Amino acid sequence: MAVSQPGVPAGSSSTPASLPGSGHGRLVRWIDHRLPVISFLEHELTAYPTPVNLNYWWNFGSLAGIILVIMIVTGVVLAMHYTPHASLAFDSVERIMRDVNYGWLLRYVHMNGASMFFLIVYIHMFRGLYYGSYKYPRELLWILGVVILLLMMATAFLGYVLPWGQMSYWAATVITNMFSAVPLVGDSIVTLLWGGFTVGNPTLNRFYSLHYVLPFVIVAVVGLHLVALHQHGSNNPLGIERRGPQDSIPFHPYYTIKDMFGLSVFLIVFAVFVFYLPNFLGHPDNYIPANPMVTPPHIVPEWYFLPFYAILRSVPDKLLGVVLMFGAVLILFLVPWLDTSPVRSARFRPVYRWVSWLLPADAIVLGWVGANPPSGAFVVIGQIATFYYFFHFLILMPLLGKIERPRPLPISIGAAVLAAGPPVPAAAPMERR
Amino acid sequence: MFRSIVAAALVAGLALVGGTAGTARAEGDAPHPPHQKWSFDGVFGTYDRAAMQRGFQVYKEVCAACHGVKHLYFRDLAQIGYSEDQVKGIAAQVQVTDGPNDSGEMFQRPARPSDPIPGPFANDQAARAANNGALPVDLSLIAKARVSGPDYVFALLTGYKDPPAGVKMNPNMYFNEYYPGHQIAMPPPLNPDQVKYADGTPGSVPQMARDLVSFLAWAAEPTLEERHRAGFKVILFLIVVTGVFYAAKRKIWSRIQH
Amino acid sequence: MTDLAQSQVRVEHGGGTRRDFLILSAGALGAVGAAISVWPFIDSMNPARDTLALSTTEVDLTPIQVGQRLTVAWRGKPVFIDRRTPDEIKAAQDVDVSSLRDPQKDSDRVKKPEWLVVVGVCTHLGCIPLGQKPGDDRGSFGGWFCPCHGSVYDTSARIRQGPAPTNLPVPPYDFTADTAIKIG
Repeated sequence: MAVSQPGVPAGSSSTPASLPGSGHGRLVRWIDHRLPVISFLEHELTAYPTPVNLNYWWNFGSLAGIILVIMIVTGVVLAMHYTPHASLAFDSVERIMRDVNYGWLLRYVHMNGASMFFLIVYIHMFRGLYYGSYKYPRELLWILGVVILLLMMATAFLGYVLPWGQMSYWAATVITNMFSAVPLVGDSIVTLLWGGFTVGNPTLNRFYSLHYVLPFVIVAVVGLHLVALHQHGSNNPLGIERRGPQDSIPFHPYYTIKDMFGLSVFLIVFAVFVFYLPNFLGHPDNYIPANPMVTPPHIVPEWYFLPFYAILRSVPDKLLGVVLMFGAVLILFLVPWLDTSPVRSARFRPVYRWVSWLLPADAIVLGWVGANPPSGAFVVIGQIATFYYFFHFLILMPLLGKIERPRPLPISIGAAVLAAGPPVPAAAPMERR
Repeated sequence: MFRSIVAAALVAGLALVGGTAGTARAEGDAPHPPHQKWSFDGVFGTYDRAAMQRGFQVYKEVCAACHGVKHLYFRDLAQIGYSEDQVKGIAAQVQVTDGPNDSGEMFQRPARPSDPIPGPFANDQAARAANNGALPVDLSLIAKARVSGPDYVFALLTGYKDPPAGVKMNPNMYFNEYYPGHQIAMPPPLNPDQVKYADGTPGSVPQMARDLVSFLAWAAEPTLEERHRAGFKVILFLIVVTGVFYAAKRKIWSRIQH
Repeated sequence: MTDLAQSQVRVEHGGGTRRDFLILSAGALGAVGAAISVWPFIDSMNPARDTLALSTTEVDLTPIQVGQRLTVAWRGKPVFIDRRTPDEIKAAQDVDVSSLRDPQKDSDRVKKPEWLVVVGVCTHLGCIPLGQKPGDDRGSFGGWFCPCHGSVYDTSARIRQGPAPTNLPVPPYDFTADTAIKIG
């Protein structure tokens, strides 16, 4: 029993070998014989064989899972105090901020937690792109991740509407109006989404309902994401499969402690925002109650949507703008097939190693354009950056895979670790090139 | 290491885009309000009780004629340093509508600490009718609902000027350097010595504006002091935890070649 | 993995206490942090500041005639105010206190004998006893009768029969005038 072999489901725990060891008491063995939760956890968490050489980029997956739990727990408690009615929602949020015990803390954690969630997931995705984690046999793992991203985007948008401030109201109006770009039935779809002739109380009610339920759908898809992950195990910075026991270590205690350390570093960053910059990532206009008669002079989405917003605005055609904006996310589904390189890790791809950094750079440019009024140079820069975004995925990725000559891969993870020099275990030998 | 630095820069860049997004817009052609020093700035920032009480006096004697603070209750005034009896006294000076009583009629009674501080107008329509069609905004959240809120409110209160040559003012409008579009329907609200402070502080316009901003900043974010105190403890705890986790991680990994 | 398990055991034997200490403190700190962060969630479910501020109710007693009962709301619960007749007062005072399930003298339960003020929530399982309206069943002691499980209260609202363990509680109140009280 070493590394999970391809084709052997790591999740099947009916073999006697996976029963809890002799260290457990009779009660545990009694339960486990009937409901194998203990051996399941041992198999999938404690003993779960993990590549020995994962770097800190691999911390962001478990971090995303933890922030999802934080969002759900704070959200459930906030829902105990929130009133989903157009004439009461804003005041009920202010009551949470002023009168409910620790209400300000719960709300600021939930509010900034959304930003943190996206930050973590974007980094997690970039790690996947850089190290080719979406390639055979992990295509569905990647696709499930993109599904999670889409669900997160929907949930974040729905949640942003709930405080019923000016930005909430106009975000709801603008986003729902995108569906009016659909030929023929667009207006009917929008009326259906609103439950009226403008965004109003029926809209708020259904958004609240959906905002409550979608996170649990995310949990379900995260479960599938993990099943897919454990089927073949984690990718690693070298991008080569594990060949033997020397390439793996059990998840616990090595990666539990590493994830805990990463979590506490992240919590410091999170706490700085929650306690000292709680409204830094927000918009002041959302402290003005929703007013259907007046649109704020500059409406922009939260920072995590700005790149997509910039793509929307860089196209002068309504339908094409909406299509490109959604396409910018949907194109991620195709990444496993757009990348034609036989090598996973960018570490062995001399050109792609640099090109892969152009994507986040492009996203930052798009975000900067999205934050500014669509006039003058911003329009041109936005159009160039939009063009590059699609060029990156549709042209560069397939082409580079074909023409680039990858550097030779190490024989095994263990060999690469040993070659890097045994006397310095603490240094990160994988970072050397 | 190189990658970590780039990653950090990336994160910082993203955060900056998000952050400046707030400041780069929504100001029209008005200049950015100059930054003032406030007692509530910074990690250990707290509210100045004396300034808030003076600011409440300015609100009561000047602003309250047109502007409400609907998210504040009389009981909240205990937080700016008034005793329970003082709060009761302040509340009792104001009549509020209650009811219906046993004969089915609404009636007036002195306010209690549990009542919200009533605004000057029954509804927005009445407010517009009394103000040439302009709606005086509610002030409870004004310090959070504007970019650089406290600086902006201070700049606005002290930013009235004669219109520059060539600027045509609409009727019933006043020129204000910091108001978006420069034409504001609110007449200059503060005049020297308009408020006679009980503690003898001279009632200059900047003094009254500063005091009022102290009061309004608290009104918008009454939990700031609690937040600052809690944040300090939480972050200190997390730094210790991080140190111990890092040491434990080093120790556990020391037996693995990686 | 067998190799790994063996190497693990080997290191643990030579490991020394520093490692154990570190792992123990890491676990302890993590547990403390998790425990502390649970508190805001729990405390947020306690009554909020606005709810606590509403905890007094003022009642004008002038319109209540002798023998009449009035129900007012205090903290969302009914409070029974009973302007008792001389007979009812006498019945309440003449009871042998030691024979009661929850022994309390009538004089300990009222501020003025004519006015009985009690929280009208049955101490059994929280139903509202009958007896406030003229046609209600008042039970065999002339006080209140709880329809849910048959608890019977006397004219001092003390438990006399049925499953309820204690008398109807007296809320904190004061006479602000001869015929006005403030509950809470």
